[in-house]
Amino acid sequence: MAGTAVLRRLTWAVAEVVDRIGETPRVLSLTCDVPDWPGHLPGQHIDVRLSAEDGYQAQRSYSISTPADGTRLTITVERLDDGEVSPYLTDVLEVGDRIELRGPIGGYFVWEPSRGGPLLLVAGGSGIAPLMAMLRARLQAGSDVPVRMLLSWRSGEDIIYADELDAIARDATGVEVTHTFTRSAPDGWTGRTGRLDRAALASLAWTPSERPLAYVCGPTGLVEAVASALVELGHDPARVLTERFGPTGG
Amino acid sequence: MTDATHVDGNALGGLLMEVFGREMTDAHGCCASCGKVHPLGAMRVYRSAGDVMRCPTCGNVTIVTVVIRERTRVHLGGVRWIEPLA
Amino acid sequence: MSFISRGFQRRQAPTAPSDRVPPGQYVTRDFPVLSAGPTPRIGLDEWRLELVGELDQPRSWSWQEFTALPADEVTVDIHCVTKWSKLDSAWTGVPLDALLDGLDTSAAFVVAHSYGGYTTNLPLDDLTGGKAWVAYRYDGEPLAAEHGGPARLLVPHLYFWKSAKWLRAIELRNDDAPGFWEGYGYHNYGDPWQEQRYSGD
Repeated sequence: MAGTAVLRRLTWAVAEVVDRIGETPRVLSLTCDVPDWPGHLPGQHIDVRLSAEDGYQAQRSYSISTPADGTRLTITVERLDDGEVSPYLTDVLEVGDRIELRGPIGGYFVWEPSRGGPLLLVAGGSGIAPLMAMLRARLQAGSDVPVRMLLSWRSGEDIIYADELDAIARDATGVEVTHTFTRSAPDGWTGRTGRLDRAALASLAWTPSERPLAYVCGPTGLVEAVASALVELGHDPARVLTERFGPTGG
Repeated sequence: MTDATHVDGNALGGLLMEVFGREMTDAHGCCASCGKVHPLGAMRVYRSAGDVMRCPTCGNVTIVTVVIRERTRVHLGGVRWIEPLA
Repeated sequence: MSFISRGFQRRQAPTAPSDRVPPGQYVTRDFPVLSAGPTPRIGLDEWRLELVGELDQPRSWSWQEFTALPADEVTVDIHCVTKWSKLDSAWTGVPLDALLDGLDTSAAFVVAHSYGGYTTNLPLDDLTGGKAWVAYRYDGEPLAAEHGGPARLLVPHLYFWKSAKWLRAIELRNDDAPGFWEGYGYHNYGDPWQEQRYSGD
């Protein structure tokens, strides 16, 4: 059944960084090759642990942004200026370096095509990471579950996976992607601006009678506002799943 | 201003898996205060001196995890029961 | 434990202990917001501070009454059990000595109760003798809700979990009763200078 874990110990594995992709000036996708990786479901995350020579350790969770792919997984990391872990991942780690991680973790905030839809994916900023795993899995599986993805960015230069999302919006059937900008829109933008408030969701999301599965991920404030609004609009709270990663995240 | 200091039960996924030996974010927990049942992943978690998990219906404390001297203790006093998925 | 992350160093090294910084702490300029629950929003019209329990006559103050009391402006260092210390933080608050003035009590212990349900316990002695305040201004501004406003307990000589935010009542007791974090394994007293973080330290 989707999301169930085999009874096994959660152990730290040493993985190798095999690729680094700059997504935006502050966001980087890191692909790792993990020995004995059992595979993962879209929405699951890993814990990453950094260890200094003096014994100090720091640990953070990162959503996997790719569907299962043998022993490989990708995380998408936003560099937080005062972060402990993210600046190391974005600035110091190079292809060929090794990194300690454990997972996959998560059984609640998980989607795979067999769970059906229609699917509503709502994200703020780097909250898009687990939803991108879901969207990529839906496409890879050739599933016909209809998807509406609503993405809130501060400005045009913050769009993660920009080219891929454009291509998907253009070419994929049954997938709609809507962007909104809360601080400054790209030049020539004629689309939506402002927050994903109740009115925006009423107009963009599926109707409650369509009984969508909604996944909302991002900073706590956005997730709180969107999840409450969806419930107020009449969506079943049990079908509105959230992943808040706090005001910062690491 | 919304309260910016909480995350979801997913954030405790690794810790709970360490303690219980299996995925727990999709386990159901029954709040000892109001009796409502929610997946642990859907509960709100406040992180400070420990991680305080609260029922999304009534706001009362369900589970508290504290790491003291590298040992993890899970306080279950706020749940009547927890039930992992089959 | 053998794996070392190439080039990784902790961001905040512990500051060498001194007469200002207790052992195991690092100094920060930030004021981190840490909470065991949602931030209560209490209107000043409904706010009350109560003194209850083992005393001849319970006392209570409305916001107007409370803020009309003579207040101290103090600059103190604060130490959180999560290892950050903040030096020279400026507060305005009513000293507990004033709130307890003239009180007839046999109580040796206190439980501080917060709006929202948080509690913490202390010996009554640790609230008197110029060691504690009920603070309602921080850094020249009304105390923000996320930092415990309208008013919080301020007890700088103990770990900051003892400085209960969103203070609602001070309960005087003959016996000691562990509060929220004390019940979850944290030290009953919490002296940062003896590094009393956890029960048994």
